[in-house]
Amino acid sequence: MTVAHEANIDIKKGSSSLLHNLAFRGVAYQVLLAAAIVLLAYLLYQNVNANLEKQRIATGFDFLNETSGFDIGETLIEYDSEDSYGRALLVGIMNTLSVAACGIVLATILGTIMGIARVSRNWLASILASGYVEICRNVPVVLHVIFWASVIRNLPSPKQALSPMEGVFLANRGFIFPVPEPNPAYTWVWVALAAGLVLAFGFNYWAQKHREKTGKYIATLWPCMGIVIGLPLAAWLVQGAPLVWSVPELKGFNFRGGASLTPEFIALLIGITFYTGAFIAEIVRAGIQSVPVGQIEASRALGIRRGFIMRYITFPQALRVIVPPTTSQYLSLTKNSSLGVLIGYPDLVNVGNTTLNQTGQAVEAIAVMMAVYLGISLTISLGMNIYNRIVAIKER
Amino acid sequence: MPGARKTRKKNETGETIITLEGVSKWFGDFQALRDINLTVDKGERVVVCGPSGSGKSTMIRCINRLENHQRGRIVVDGIELTDNLKNIEAVRREVGMVFQSFNLFPHMRVIDNLALAPMLVRQMPKKDAEEMALGYLRRVQIEEQAYKYPGQLSGGQQQRVAIARSLCMQPRIMLFDEPTSALDPEMIKEVLDVMVELAEDGMTMVVVTHEMGFARTVANRVIFMDDAEIVEIAPPETFFSKPKSDRTKLFLSQILTH
Amino acid sequence: MTDTTAPIAAPPRAEGQADTDQPRSRQQPPPTEKIAVLRWMKENLFASPGNTLLTIILGAALIYWVPAFIKWGFIDAIWYTPDPEVCRQSDGACWAVVAEKHRPMLFGLYPYEEHWRLVVALAVYLGSFTITLIRRFWHWQILVPLWTVAIAVISTMLWGGVFGLTFVETSQWGGLPLTMVLFSGTVVLGFPIAILLALGRRSHLPLIKATSVTIIESLRGVPLITILFVAVNVFPLALPDGLEFDKLVRVMVGMAIFFACYQAEVIRGGLQAIPRGQYEAAESLGLSYWQMTTRIILPQALRIALPGIMNHIIAALKNTSFVLIIGLFDILTATTAVMQDPLWRRWFVEAYLFVAAVYFFFCYVLSKYSQQVERWLSEGRRF
Repeated sequence: MTVAHEANIDIKKGSSSLLHNLAFRGVAYQVLLAAAIVLLAYLLYQNVNANLEKQRIATGFDFLNETSGFDIGETLIEYDSEDSYGRALLVGIMNTLSVAACGIVLATILGTIMGIARVSRNWLASILASGYVEICRNVPVVLHVIFWASVIRNLPSPKQALSPMEGVFLANRGFIFPVPEPNPAYTWVWVALAAGLVLAFGFNYWAQKHREKTGKYIATLWPCMGIVIGLPLAAWLVQGAPLVWSVPELKGFNFRGGASLTPEFIALLIGITFYTGAFIAEIVRAGIQSVPVGQIEASRALGIRRGFIMRYITFPQALRVIVPPTTSQYLSLTKNSSLGVLIGYPDLVNVGNTTLNQTGQAVEAIAVMMAVYLGISLTISLGMNIYNRIVAIKER
Repeated sequence: MPGARKTRKKNETGETIITLEGVSKWFGDFQALRDINLTVDKGERVVVCGPSGSGKSTMIRCINRLENHQRGRIVVDGIELTDNLKNIEAVRREVGMVFQSFNLFPHMRVIDNLALAPMLVRQMPKKDAEEMALGYLRRVQIEEQAYKYPGQLSGGQQQRVAIARSLCMQPRIMLFDEPTSALDPEMIKEVLDVMVELAEDGMTMVVVTHEMGFARTVANRVIFMDDAEIVEIAPPETFFSKPKSDRTKLFLSQILTH
Repeated sequence: MTDTTAPIAAPPRAEGQADTDQPRSRQQPPPTEKIAVLRWMKENLFASPGNTLLTIILGAALIYWVPAFIKWGFIDAIWYTPDPEVCRQSDGACWAVVAEKHRPMLFGLYPYEEHWRLVVALAVYLGSFTITLIRRFWHWQILVPLWTVAIAVISTMLWGGVFGLTFVETSQWGGLPLTMVLFSGTVVLGFPIAILLALGRRSHLPLIKATSVTIIESLRGVPLITILFVAVNVFPLALPDGLEFDKLVRVMVGMAIFFACYQAEVIRGGLQAIPRGQYEAAESLGLSYWQMTTRIILPQALRIALPGIMNHIIAALKNTSFVLIIGLFDILTATTAVMQDPLWRRWFVEAYLFVAAVYFFFCYVLSKYSQQVERWLSEGRRF
């Protein structure tokens, strides 16, 4: 039995220098880093201030309240050149959000179709989808946007506008199409649509519960579609089916009536959609292929119906692989919408850039842009994290 | 193994090389080691056994500071293990370690696995380091595998390479953390043979293992750990024939009836 | 020893073995080639009614579009003419715009009579690049001298000012060489930063970790444009009086840091995949932190993260085109500027297709190459 003899542990060697102490080193490294950051920040601040003073450029965010003096071609809220820079930037933010939102929806649709086509059994479809993916993702997004902007700019003038359908025009002024004249009755149609969606979800939920309880399967697809389409239709018919189309007509050099998408908006939208769509297609393909064949074989062996296999076996597993990288694609699409500045689409960066040039307050203007994008990025990733958690829990 | 017995006699009166004194360690709220006292003499072979989660791996990982203990003292070859980087480096130079999962570097050939540490830590010229590496590979009888990657070897061969890699640092102490647990039965013997040979050469060894045959023939003392503390320390003869503690008896009955 | 030690892979029953060794005469002949083609078509084009319909629609579209495209792009195309009027008369593509304007497109604002220097620089660059990609030349003894000489030649050619070559300012650099300089600079500067950020993010020292996380996450959250704006508009303000940095360098640094933040996340993924045992084995051998990191951990982490790393390198090449916004004359900016020429602007489609083909070529080669490297690494070493 050997238990330590406390008194005579023999320590012959070893250093006790503070420099070799791990805890001390940890603290020292961090203090050095903190000092470097503080020093750098101080130096930058000093230099920037001195330079701005020398160039007589104001500092601070007061300019947000000053009159901007420039017009913006495309606004979702009321705005004119009498309004402040702050409001101009708000217009820019809303334009960024609207083009990004449209881009996300379209790129998701395009990417999903192409991704499924790539793994489809149809050779022609798969080869065409591969071609699309390889071409679009290996060409810079800047070139995509510039190219489409040039294409649209070189479309014929309104007088010789392309008209693929009665009342629909494609010209260098953009895409012009008929819309129904506003009518108070439409409010109720929207309400009915919302109610229809709620009812459809409720019905779906009930049908699932019912199946779990009794084992009887109730088809939900057609009834749900019936509710979602039927309710608004009924609401519209009940109010006497009011419909007056506002059809665009050529008056002088431009169109009157109807609605239009500006050439800049279309070019930017097409550019970022095609580019991001290619990446999403790859993600969707990888997601589908990530579900092992054994899963489907096992489900077939259990005698589960084809539709159910897709819905309960393949889809949830593929989705788990697809969602996280798709989120980062959404983020990069949103950031790429800043290419609007290249082609004159009044997005946040474009408006911010004009502000920067007029006021000279580069630091503040860029800070505003960065802060807004950071906010958007954080919001999207937060939302996707929550969604991810829901999907993950459902799986278990 | 008669050779082993002979060396055991020879080294019993040696000087102390490892001392653990009142060592305790916690992982969060869970106490992994409770007041461990142990001394190991130079040239001694100590086998540590016990049920899983009893703290035996944690104990030997503390000896070369892969884990840091929170209370008590650990002195290895006259150097106390503290927060001091130089001391830790010095101890690690003297102590070799063999892991359950080999932990060979998969991106390097076998010979580079062996020669790396002597070159970087002992600043040995490349030629000498490789010569030495080949020598140790010969000792563990896999010289012909020197220019392969670890992934191309069997588990037993990998573990022998791992032992040779530790030996290349010419350590005074070797720690073995369940070196045969991840191996297929037919490969266990080749690794144990290497370890027995090492013991015969008089290496100080602390071995965590369930190979009771190895303990019986090679160990000077067997330590039984349970629930974060040392329950019993005894020479193998008494440990297996007349265990004192009930916990030891229970453990032995479970492990020997398999 | 009992029968449990009998070899597990005992030979199967004799009659079972006979199945595989049956005489050839009893085997059925394989399907003939003609039937195989039909079966292939049935399986891959007409497997179901829906599939057949899809094939017919896509096939019809192809039959309509492909000949039209070939007619436009090749048969009716004007390949060379100095006179835009010739193109105007034709229905086909006017590749003559590329032939006519290739020099300003490829070389930007660089003095016209010095263009040969850019050709030399490009040739040296692409040559060195190709050699670097070939596996046989992956030795420091080859690559280090190669690139030392290459960089010396390229910078002499671009800058001039020695050996009787006229000096050319960086603001006059342009076209493909500028794209090449930006791309290489971004990757070479950015990669070490990426590694430091990735290691920093995994540090156990809270302040170092927090700093890395803040840099990575905030820069990944903003568009590249805003970073270029900082490099162009804010950075000069932050320097003390009299100290100036070349615009090209500022932009390159901005792009490098942006690149590094994305790359850092990829590398972090690789680091996370390294088992703890590797750290422990290295530590127990007495390796210091940097020895362990550079010799054991990073080589494995970078190898695991290689596909992602290559993706971001390709992205860096595409991202060089963002300099259009801040007025550096890379190949895309130069082309856009050339397309202001009223005589030739009609044929912007051809010009942009040409630029797209250049980008596509390099990006596609890089991505195929990265897949090849993956294959090499996984066949040679099993880990």
